[in-house]
Amino acid sequence: MADLATFDVQSMNRVDLVTVSGRIDSSNAGQFDEILKGIVGKGRNNIVLEMNGVSYMSSAGLRALVSTLRTCKRNRGDLRLAAPSERVVDVLKLAGLNSMFSSYPDSVAAVGSF
Amino acid sequence: MSQVEAVFPARFAEIARICALVQLEAAAAGFDEKEQFRLQLACDEACTNIIEHAYGGENRGNIRVLIRQRDGSFLIQLHDTGRPFDPSNFELESSRQPSADLAELQEGGWGLHFMHSIMDEVRFDFDMDQGNTLTMIKVHP
Repeated sequence: MADLATFDVQSMNRVDLVTVSGRIDSSNAGQFDEILKGIVGKGRNNIVLEMNGVSYMSSAGLRALVSTLRTCKRNRGDLRLAAPSERVVDVLKLAGLNSMFSSYPDSVAAVGSF
Repeated sequence: MSQVEAVFPARFAEIARICALVQLEAAAAGFDEKEQFRLQLACDEACTNIIEHAYGGENRGNIRVLIRQRDGSFLIQLHDTGRPFDPSNFELESSRQPSADLAELQEGGWGLHFMHSIMDEVRFDFDMDQGNTLTMIKVHP
């Protein structure tokens, strides 16, 4: 049935790479948001979200993305997406936000863009 | 006509199970994968609203789910016994337009926007004795 989400954080020199997979909905979006807030809370405002393995995302996940993007931008950083899955792209399009996030074909390109 | 009905505890962890039921029925009705996902999303957002707003939290009631396919239309009906829903607030939120300005962008309200964008019909009914009934219909292409 539903696959649980997994979150993996890798700190690099200038960027934090967060690999997300599985299902993000109201049951775990809080955890997702806390992980992202934890990164920016350390003053790390360049984040790449690798979302190739995200099989499902509701507006609860979208809220975490928008909130983090806003904080990163305010602190002269950015939240960039690497290989967002078709489902993630669909949610961004439904919300009219697909142009608000910079998106790259893979995490190497996204990390290298900073 | 095909119809399934099930009752779930109003908990966030149950939403994935409700979505699985929606996906199963949507696939049987012939919707493609993208539409199956969108129908799940509309139902997910509606269930989240029921838990957060009608019940005001988890474990305070049930969500009765009815899914029916008939005459080219796919119906999802959700029933709860929480606080009544005010459609006038819904109209305000559902008419939101995405902002191009990140600073002005609200973080909430997307769920209602998604429900309206995905479904062909969204209707709220409240009965003092029976509770809230949300009916969402998608016409099969």
